[in-house]
Amino acid sequence: MSEHQEVASKEKYGMVIDLDKCTGCGACTVACLSENNHYVREDESDKLHSVTWMKVYKVTNGEPFPNTKVAFIPRPCMHCDHHTPCVSVCPVMATDYNPLTGIVSQIYTRCIGCRYCVGACPYHARYFNWWDPVWPEGMHKLLNPDMSPRMRGVAEKCSFCNHRLQKAKDKAYVEGRKELKDGEYVTACAEACPTRAITFGNMKDPESAIAKLIKSPGAFRLLEKLGTQPKVYYLSNESWIRELGDNALGRKKRGGLA
Amino acid sequence: MSEEHVPTGGREGGHKQASGGLGMLAAGFVVAIVVGWLLYPAIVMSSKPQPINFNHKAHGAEGAGLACDGCHTFREDGSFAGIPKLDNCIQCHESAQGESPDEAKLVEQYITPNKEIPWLSYSYQPLCVFFSHAAHVKMAQLECTTCHEDMSKSSSSPPVKVYRISGYSKNTMSMEACEDCHAQKGTSNACFVCHK
Repeated sequence: MSEHQEVASKEKYGMVIDLDKCTGCGACTVACLSENNHYVREDESDKLHSVTWMKVYKVTNGEPFPNTKVAFIPRPCMHCDHHTPCVSVCPVMATDYNPLTGIVSQIYTRCIGCRYCVGACPYHARYFNWWDPVWPEGMHKLLNPDMSPRMRGVAEKCSFCNHRLQKAKDKAYVEGRKELKDGEYVTACAEACPTRAITFGNMKDPESAIAKLIKSPGAFRLLEKLGTQPKVYYLSNESWIRELGDNALGRKKRGGLA
Repeated sequence: MSEEHVPTGGREGGHKQASGGLGMLAAGFVVAIVVGWLLYPAIVMSSKPQPINFNHKAHGAEGAGLACDGCHTFREDGSFAGIPKLDNCIQCHESAQGESPDEAKLVEQYITPNKEIPWLSYSYQPLCVFFSHAAHVKMAQLECTTCHEDMSKSSSSPPVKVYRISGYSKNTMSMEACEDCHAQKGTSNACFVCHK
């Protein structure tokens, strides 16, 4: 697949997650589930089949007590900027890279459920819907009308709450503006984070909080060596976390997923 | 075979056959038109009447002088309100202004008991589509009639036709129509521009 077509756009949305601030509380996961109309199965004990667009991983430095250190890595879709793996393999164009915003889409009504994307994603950010969604009686009243529901047999993933971008744009248009202000469009997880560990915004706007954060010395991305150029950055002053971010099999004895 | 062996009666019979064939063709044409225009749509689409036979003409430029956005407004958050609520009607029709039976029905059945009118929408999109009226009306400055029928000339509300299998309205805009216009105007056709 060739490089994404470069379009003169003033927007490219990204996320910065400060791992030193993250307490692993899981509020981002819950906010995401509720915002994006996820259903909950009667028995969620089989986590391999759980659909969690925003998943919190627990990692340790692998040292014995008392030197053990633990950190949490929240993992949304990385919205890869370069050779987006899922977009490259999709045979029906059910997912595309929007050159205007940098957001990678997933169109459920177009997906044929082949699951190539689930296999291609190096971040395990894509999920497959094995069952038709069922909501307990009365819960359908809590569904978000701005988010489309998914049916059985399609792949799904985090959309950076694209529907919130659409709504923020509408508000700007009615007020006669074309461009959004920093903070007008944020994802549900960023909004819910109690320690403000998640910052979301336009990376191309030099005045935005995120543009400054991604330049900080502790910034890194997951599996950077793959060259997919994720738009989700992580911050940490702990060198062992930064090293784990580029995962490595050579360091297997020291630290990893807990 | 030579000319003289051809029986003359055969030619006359041929004329008769030709006119009979034409009659059959015409009858078949009529049957096809009736089936295609009347029967088939009735089979594939259900037809639901509006609760009140709304007269757009009487409210528009030739009547009360309202423009489309007089009743079909934007909300402050940028979303489009679509079909107006009863509050809009009450502003003028707290009591009947004329003698139309539909206005009497409005006052009697909806305004007096303060009950919202269960209007049916003609143009709605499937759940996976996000249509922004703000982008098209406020930014691109398109007229309402670019996509919707010109209601200012219509004095009655036609029934709402809904495809029985898909549940789409007859007026649901197709993805091709959206894509064509976006391509012509140089607007992005990326999936997440219109899908959600």
